Amino acid sequence: MKLIIRKLITLIITLLVISFLSFAAFSLIPGDAALTRLGQDATPQQLAALRAEMGLDDPLPERYADWLAGALRGDFGESYRYEGTTVASLLSQRLPVTVLLAVLSLIMITAVSLPLGIACARYSGKWLDILVNQLTQLAMAIPPFFLGMILTYVFGLTLRWFQPGDFTQPSEDLAACLSYLAFPALAVALPKIAMVVRFLRGSVLSEMGKDYVRTAFSKGNSENGVLYGHVLGNAMIPVVTFFAMVIAEILAGSIVVEQVFSVPGVGRLLISSISDRDYPVVQAIVLYVAAATVLINFAVDLLYQLLDPRVREA
Amino acid sequence: MKRKKNYSLTVGGTLTLVFLLFALVGQVWTPYSPTAMDSTAVCLFPCAAHPMGTDNFGRDILSRVMEGSGSTFFVAICTVLIGGAFGTLIGALTGYFGGRADNLVMRFNDILLSFPSILLALIFVSLLGPGRYNIILALGVLFIPSFARIVRSEVIRFRELDFVRSARIMGAGPLRIIFFHILPNARVSILTAAAIGFNNAVLAEASMSYLSLGIQPPDPSLGRMLSEAQSYLFQAPWYAIFPGLTIILIVLGFSMVSEGLRAIRE
Repeated sequence: MKLIIRKLITLIITLLVISFLSFAAFSLIPGDAALTRLGQDATPQQLAALRAEMGLDDPLPERYADWLAGALRGDFGESYRYEGTTVASLLSQRLPVTVLLAVLSLIMITAVSLPLGIACARYSGKWLDILVNQLTQLAMAIPPFFLGMILTYVFGLTLRWFQPGDFTQPSEDLAACLSYLAFPALAVALPKIAMVVRFLRGSVLSEMGKDYVRTAFSKGNSENGVLYGHVLGNAMIPVVTFFAMVIAEILAGSIVVEQVFSVPGVGRLLISSISDRDYPVVQAIVLYVAAATVLINFAVDLLYQLLDPRVREA
Repeated sequence: MKRKKNYSLTVGGTLTLVFLLFALVGQVWTPYSPTAMDSTAVCLFPCAAHPMGTDNFGRDILSRVMEGSGSTFFVAICTVLIGGAFGTLIGALTGYFGGRADNLVMRFNDILLSFPSILLALIFVSLLGPGRYNIILALGVLFIPSFARIVRSEVIRFRELDFVRSARIMGAGPLRIIFFHILPNARVSILTAAAIGFNNAVLAEASMSYLSLGIQPPDPSLGRMLSEAQSYLFQAPWYAIFPGLTIILIVLGFSMVSEGLRAIRE
């Protein structure tokens, strides 16, 4: 319990540091919000008036406190690019799409990589293992956007299983949306499947060399009995931690892949906002993704304590 | 003793060298000018005159891939040099001396490492603006933590070994011990980290350029070629296939080298 409280405090400090960094970094950029809104032709008087109105003259800590208070209420101010639209409403349209994409690829990763990784460890050195080893190395070398283009060419343009660019919002028709998202999800998932398969295989094999495995064998357990009854539980513990990284990587992968498949998600919004210098939007997305990453790591950390009694007692 | 053949290292090394040579040649000679347009040869299927075909402006894809690989290697090498130099320095010092600074730096490292590097690179670019040197700066800084962590754990492993102790008794100072005694012993780990770093740098640069936030025209880049090729995917699939294949083979080369190096260490 004490450990959990300590971790919770670390979590809060980390979140504060991240929010301050993502705020301060964007305050260093030359040219401020008033200039962006009024353009280069604005008179100094107009600029000064708008600056005072927007609170840009306040000292940095004060502006940070304001921004953070807003951010906690989900209010990130207005977009520079789309006048009159709040950042929150821009995000709320796109967030469900990206979450759906991430969940879909996470399901694919789990469903394929766990059985495959265990099978590779079970038959290590056999043809299946060697083949999968080559394939995973190849899969990790393909840039996700190129994979997306290959999938577009094969399934979209040649087989016509989906119409590239013809995305349906999940609120309109969930089934149509999912059948479109399956392809970007596959592009995100494939390199990560390779990563998890390799990691799980290594984890199982290193567990297999331990003393308790020899004891289990000497008591007359079969190969499968030892693997599923004794080894797998222990081998999964590091994999759980690895999944925290995989989830962060899924979010990163979707930034690029959304672009390839023209999926209107958070990643696409981020890229276009960076190009348009729409900083409030960029700031909000950065904060969202950073907070999500930290929270996922925290959750996995707790799960780890639950799974491994040795860590719990220490 | 007969040495076991290290196929990963041989194949990966060869692959890397071939593409490095390909890129180097591309800096001084290409079959056509990479920017020369030819309206009579638009979207040509690969043939003897254009082994990789031509793009929508009639530019020779082979020439563009050759020059683009040059940028890829340039960015990757600079990135790994920046990340490697600073990461090694930070990792070696914090690992050797330990203490509060070590704790603080490593906590910061952990935070940085838990973020997807492409997101951090995007933040950098949105602050600094796109362009070849900004990409190098952004990726180089982002690679510091991973090098620092590996070097740190190596230094801690060697710190209390007998040969380091005896050097200390002989009166060697901490810097001499770190740079002349410990780091040479950690070279395989550092090289492995560098190979993985190259691998990530190539993928990250390609992604950034694909998103048109990386290398800017007129500088050629494989990622950028792919984003331009996407509109012509149906008419001219070769426009996408050759730059994409080049990226894959370069990355595969580096990842096989790192696998081979890992086999040496074990």
